[in-house]
Amino acid sequence: MSLKIVVLAKQVPDTHNVGKDAMKADGTVNRAALPAIFNPEDLNALEQALRLKDKNPGSTVTILTMGPGKAAEVIREGLYRGADNGYLLTDRAFAGADTLATSYAIHMAIKKIKDFDVIIGGRQAIDGDTAQVGPQVAEKLGIPQVTYAEDILSVENGKATVKRRLERGTEVVSVALPAVITVNGSAAPCRPRNAKLIQKYKYAKTITEKQEVINDYADLCNQRPYLNLQEWSVDDVQADRQFCGLSGSPTKVKNIESVVFQAKESKKLTAADNEIEELIKELMANHTIG
Amino acid sequence: MNNIFVYCEIEDGIIGDVSLELLTKGRSLANKLNCKLEAVVIGANLKGIESQVFPYGVDVLHVADDARLYPYTSLPHTSILINLFKQEKPQIALMGATSIGRDLGPRVSSALFSGLTADCTSLEIGDHEDKKEGKSYKDLLYQIRPAFGGNIVATIINPDQRPQMATVREGVMKKEILDANYKGEIKQIDVKKFVNNTDFVVEVIERHMEKSKVNLKGASIIVAGGYGMGSKENFQMLYDLASVIGAEVGASRAAVDGGFAEHERQIGQTGVTVRPKLYIACGISGQIQHIAGMQESSVIIAINTDPNAPINTIADYVITGSVEEVVPKLIKYYKKNSK
Ligand SMILES: Cc1cc2nc3c(=O)[nH]c(=O)nc-3n(C[C@H](O)[C@H](O)[C@H](O)COP(=O)(O)OP(=O)(O)OC[C@H]3O[C@@H](n4cnc5c(N)ncnc54)[C@H](O)[C@@H]3O)c2cc1C
Repeated sequence: MSLKIVVLAKQVPDTHNVGKDAMKADGTVNRAALPAIFNPEDLNALEQALRLKDKNPGSTVTILTMGPGKAAEVIREGLYRGADNGYLLTDRAFAGADTLATSYAIHMAIKKIKDFDVIIGGRQAIDGDTAQVGPQVAEKLGIPQVTYAEDILSVENGKATVKRRLERGTEVVSVALPAVITVNGSAAPCRPRNAKLIQKYKYAKTITEKQEVINDYADLCNQRPYLNLQEWSVDDVQADRQFCGLSGSPTKVKNIESVVFQAKESKKLTAADNEIEELIKELMANHTIG
Repeated sequence: MNNIFVYCEIEDGIIGDVSLELLTKGRSLANKLNCKLEAVVIGANLKGIESQVFPYGVDVLHVADDARLYPYTSLPHTSILINLFKQEKPQIALMGATSIGRDLGPRVSSALFSGLTADCTSLEIGDHEDKKEGKSYKDLLYQIRPAFGGNIVATIINPDQRPQMATVREGVMKKEILDANYKGEIKQIDVKKFVNNTDFVVEVIERHMEKSKVNLKGASIIVAGGYGMGSKENFQMLYDLASVIGAEVGASRAAVDGGFAEHERQIGQTGVTVRPKLYIACGISGQIQHIAGMQESSVIIAINTDPNAPINTIADYVITGSVEEVVPKLIKYYKKNSK
């Protein structure tokens, strides 16, 4: 049975690299200084999708991402690994969205895609770690969800069998499709980019990106329609502005404070043998250890 | 009406610690707001379950008892909460940031269009002035959590939507019995009224729950490693140190993501919160999300090559040096002096 698979992917700042240089003097993050990456668990999700495609000939994998213009990179990354096409949901009106407004926008885009059997996304994005968007998209579409998936074992007779990895164990569940499945980082890593696909798709661009490059591109894209990446705005997906961005977000940030940790009077030591031995003796004497 | 609700998770007839911790927190918030604390337990064979929750000061316990409701699946539990919340109109709803709470919470919040804040590290009651709209709000739930990057903590509010929902990880709040003889009222939920047969589209075919091998919450000494440990092989020296001094091994998220340690060892906002007697941070820079999970340790030792690592500001002992050099010395001199 061929499947229509939608993969939800997000471009995120690489939180591993939130080093000193990524911080501004006022203690906030300098997002521009952080490399933007494909959210790690979304790559695990993509791999599950590609495996389903391998097992079910004729299936298609569509990447759906929401973000600023440069998030089109996520679609190209997906194409390099075997996805078939992608949509970038981008509009100023989406900015400032909490998870609820985000899932509203995404579910409207999925309604526009219309024809799908399964939606697969990462469990959570590393810039917020909330794990809320997957279940909320499922609720808004009125379909079931399977979270914490580690392996989509099979899809047969309109049902998927999925192994879940929970905090304290594992579960195998079966779910009627269509459904949303969110994938854990413990799932198989994503296959690498394929050299042929890089050749094929490296000039794939959104309309906005095309405006920024020289004209010869236009010709190339006209000859090869698969190089045109679709961009969707609020109006394209017929979203109601009231439910998008800030106004669609029931949660508000009241304030942000830099925390001043109660700096302790700390003892400063080096790695010298006598200093380490003194420390050990002190900790033993006051029964902190031993 | 407008009370505080806590969703209680259950495994093998036992209410989860995280839920009891939230009941404790819920009780103190209810006292502040002068409202009732209500608990919801959804599962099968729940006779006598009240004896586990009433001692935490629960005024009303809602029980949904039906063979099909255990083990947990998303849709039936969601339907019960949605319908119960529509009926009871809680002002606050809390659940654990666990694999159940993080599956259930977002679905419920989406259906009710009420905001949900994940992984709060603190919950408080306070007022809010919206100057732009000229509105003022009394007694909102401040949902406090570290925010992405940098040493910042954000206070999140849901001014207009109810319930105000939040999830909290296990160990963040303290669990405390209010009164062993506290008695509340039990209300049975009419499951057939709240749940549709179509909600049972997910079938649990197989289930293996294991007792966790790692006991960070109960450890009196924790040796934790960060990305500065460099590799999984290097991480081994922390197990060596831990076995010598009788400690449990923890990790930062960067170390977990780097594959140096298992996820259940992660300490911090999105891991476990710990309060040991001694915390030895090895090659951990000390970002807010990590510190949120260990700052209440009685004694903190930081081992870092960077004399200005943020972790140093909260450490009692700052050892400036490499883990490769310092950790073996800790082992050596502990062995020497414990003889
Ligand atoms: C939403 C969200 C949730 C998060 N939740 C958590 C959480 O629960 N727990 C958590 O830990 N993090 C969490 N983080 C990540 C957190 O922001 C940091 O990225 C992470 O804690 C950094 O880990 P680290 O200190 O091990 O690594 P780094 O920041 O890379 O620090 C490595 C340190 O090692 C030192 N070092 C290097 N080599 C050596 C050596 N040979 N000897 C000694 N020292 C050395 C360096 O000087 C540096 O200070 C979260 C982030 C986000 C955005």
